[in-house]
Amino acid sequence: MSIEIENVTKQFNGFTALNDVSLTIPSGELVALLGPSGCGKTTLLRIIAGLESPDGGQILFNGENTTDRHVRERKVGFVFQHYALFRQMTVFDNVAFGLTVRPRSVRPSKGEIRDRVMGLLKLVQLDFLADRYPAQLSGGQRQRIALARALAVEPRVLLLDEPFGALDAQVRAELRRWLRRLHDEIHVTSVFVTHDQEEALEVADRIVVMNRGRVEQAGTPDQVYDQPANPFVLNFLGNVNLFHGRLQHGGIEPDSRNTVSYVRSHDIEIERTPQDSTALRAEVKHIQKLGPSVRVTLAVAGSGEFIEAELTRDTFQNIGLQQGESVYVRPRQVRTFVEDYQI
Amino acid sequence: MSSTTENHTARHNGIRTVGEPAIVRWLLTAVAMAFLALFLALPLAAVFSQAFEKGWQTYLAALKEPDTLAAVKLTLLTAAVAVPFNLAFGVVASWAIAKFSFPGKNLLITLIDLPFSVSPVISGLIYVLIFGRQGWLGPWLEAHDLKIIFAVPGIILATVFVTFPFIARELIPLMESQGKDEEEAAIVLGASGLQTFFRVTLPNIRWGIIYGVILCNARAMGEFGAVSVVSGHIRGMTNTVPLQVEILYNEYNYTAAFAVASLLALLALVTLVVKSVAEWNVRRQMKSQERG
Amino acid sequence: MGPMRVMKILKCTKSVLPGFGPTMGYTLLYLSLVVLIPLSALLLKAAGLSWGEFLGAVAAPRVLASYRVTFGAALAAAGINAVFGVLVAWVLVRYPFPGKRLVDALVDLPFALPTAVAGITLATVYSANGWVGRHLEPHGIKVAFTPLGIVVAMTFIGLPFVVRTVQPVIEELDAEIEEAAACLGASRWQTFRRVLFPLLAPSVLTGFALAFARGVGEYGSIIFIAGNMPMVSEITPLIIITKLEQYDYAGATAVATVMLVASFVMLLVINMLQKWSRRYAE
Repeated sequence: MSIEIENVTKQFNGFTALNDVSLTIPSGELVALLGPSGCGKTTLLRIIAGLESPDGGQILFNGENTTDRHVRERKVGFVFQHYALFRQMTVFDNVAFGLTVRPRSVRPSKGEIRDRVMGLLKLVQLDFLADRYPAQLSGGQRQRIALARALAVEPRVLLLDEPFGALDAQVRAELRRWLRRLHDEIHVTSVFVTHDQEEALEVADRIVVMNRGRVEQAGTPDQVYDQPANPFVLNFLGNVNLFHGRLQHGGIEPDSRNTVSYVRSHDIEIERTPQDSTALRAEVKHIQKLGPSVRVTLAVAGSGEFIEAELTRDTFQNIGLQQGESVYVRPRQVRTFVEDYQI
Repeated sequence: MSSTTENHTARHNGIRTVGEPAIVRWLLTAVAMAFLALFLALPLAAVFSQAFEKGWQTYLAALKEPDTLAAVKLTLLTAAVAVPFNLAFGVVASWAIAKFSFPGKNLLITLIDLPFSVSPVISGLIYVLIFGRQGWLGPWLEAHDLKIIFAVPGIILATVFVTFPFIARELIPLMESQGKDEEEAAIVLGASGLQTFFRVTLPNIRWGIIYGVILCNARAMGEFGAVSVVSGHIRGMTNTVPLQVEILYNEYNYTAAFAVASLLALLALVTLVVKSVAEWNVRRQMKSQERG
Repeated sequence: MGPMRVMKILKCTKSVLPGFGPTMGYTLLYLSLVVLIPLSALLLKAAGLSWGEFLGAVAAPRVLASYRVTFGAALAAAGINAVFGVLVAWVLVRYPFPGKRLVDALVDLPFALPTAVAGITLATVYSANGWVGRHLEPHGIKVAFTPLGIVVAMTFIGLPFVVRTVQPVIEELDAEIEEAAACLGASRWQTFRRVLFPLLAPSVLTGFALAFARGVGEYGSIIFIAGNMPMVSEITPLIIITKLEQYDYAGATAVATVMLVASFVMLLVINMLQKWSRRYAE
């Protein structure tokens, strides 16, 4: 089912959480709402769910206006950041809850409920925990139970609020891949909130980058990464060097229109002899080894600006860089923005 | 994280879409307030209304009565002895209980709470059984011309008993929540035990102490059942303020009874104000401890 | 406690902080002098009674009637408080309204107001020509000087126990839990009954038990409003006082022992309830 968000606005005590947000989420996709703290992504998710009502604008499910529908009637599955499992119920009862609260006329029989719950527990690979209580589970297990509970009501849309936020790095990576596979299996339209660009790039079909209550760019991971719409998106996805001016003729030339040039740190090549006129002379200030890659900090000669370059360990060893030596840096790809507009 | 702050704002606005409908909220609030008004506010108002029924003059005259003044003096004396004793105990006990681990800790805490679950009448009775004329020490006391029951010492003893747990039970959880990192740091830096206590621990628990003392004092000045058993009701001698209220009331001297009662009601109001302030501070302190 | 055992305890504290020995010593000494020895005096005195004496005192018809009155009224009052206490706690935590802090502070009034003052005030307010009593009288409802008056007084003194036990639990309820239930299609009432109430229930029960225990032992606020008619509205603590005034120390001791045992049992129940209430905690 597709979701359309039209001109949604939301304020909290004078703070604008969402400012005229419009967005279409195509049916069956897995979409990431990505942005820094306070950008409004969680508020947008809660408005889609019906946990919050917008001050203006509307939400359409499959073209049908659901703005005034109560959260109970929207048939959304919501996975909370801290899972919100009912701690006085067993895992089984948690997953069954959405079915057992239905009016008798539409409630499945006990046997059907049992089958469906056990099926879902198998899907999340935790059927052996059915009789446990939430307090007895690990964080990753709780997360998966919360997901199974949300899926039990056969939601039209699955919404996840920072689904991996409270987990440690290893469990996080594992669950990430698992969620991707799960989505490929069940294909329910899903939206998740994250502030982690890597997570969004790895898992999502489509990324919505948000900032200060607005959508900065929406597109496939390749689109937002390779063709960032503006400096914010460029900045948020990956490490970037910025120069106040244009990179020309081996130097940085400021111009009257406040041009800013951006180069991703892994788009910088370091060489002993300049291959063409775009190379800048710089001095190696600092070398930091980070596992498979090496981060080199350089001072651009005659400008006082610093550049961070990220090299693979191989490249680094081939060049044999030393601290303090003078080299040439050559940006492979430069993106230039004038104020807020791309040229 | 963004969601935390956003949720927070949303909750405080009270505009969550998940709560009860406005009409239900309004109805529940109205019922709750009506209940509190009937059981709490109305009686409180009645005390003062009755006390001033016959005007200021009668009110003041009732308070200036010599027996009443004697009762006030005795009540102040009782509190002045009972509160410091229980304060010293509360501080010492909470240091031993909160800063050290030992077997039987929970049992000890239960025993300290014991006077709360004993009927006030029994609290008086146990001292009569020990110090009364037929009690264990009765003959010995009589031989040495000492009087405890039906005299001031008995009143103080019974008061100490009923107010025994107040300060300790407030300080133990507070000190436990504060852990012992700061004290250990002080010891490592070379402070002596007493220095550590006075310069590190005491400033941390001062609101807890105020909270405990104010409640302990309110109960000490207001205790009726236990004191009634050991007092002997001798006017001008062994009557505390609550007992004086009872005597005046039973003599159908309602205005005077309520005038004296209004003093105690005033004490209760002051207690509630100080308690609210102290509670607020203790809560804030506990929260900052949790965060830190 | 033998010196060996004390040494063992001192060793197992393993703390660099000083003063465990003296503070623990003082704690045990003071506790023994003020609480334990006097209370055991009661039990020893009771143990000295013959079985016949004991039974004669505690099972006399008038005393049995007083148990019925005391425990029955305490049960009713704790029940009223369980319902309205939860309501008050819920409203105080969840709904914004003007003067909320004042109301919140007022809930503790029964803790702070001396029982004798509460007693004469309630008796006056609920008497036939009092503020409340005069509206009940025409409907044939008599509160003051009847067992109903005892229930009113016990409700007054028991209220804060339920509110103050339940309130923090409501405060700690995670809003996400309710939102999760709503997302899964539960109605507000279903959410309360199936998700919230099970979380509140242990604290409600604990508050109920505390209010009940307080009601059973209460004396000062009741005797003024009860009317104190033997067999009808005479509470057990008053029986003890009456026996004492007649110098029937044995009888007073016997009845007091029954009450003391009852309060120990309740203390045990309350402790178990509090343990039980933490069973889902992480």
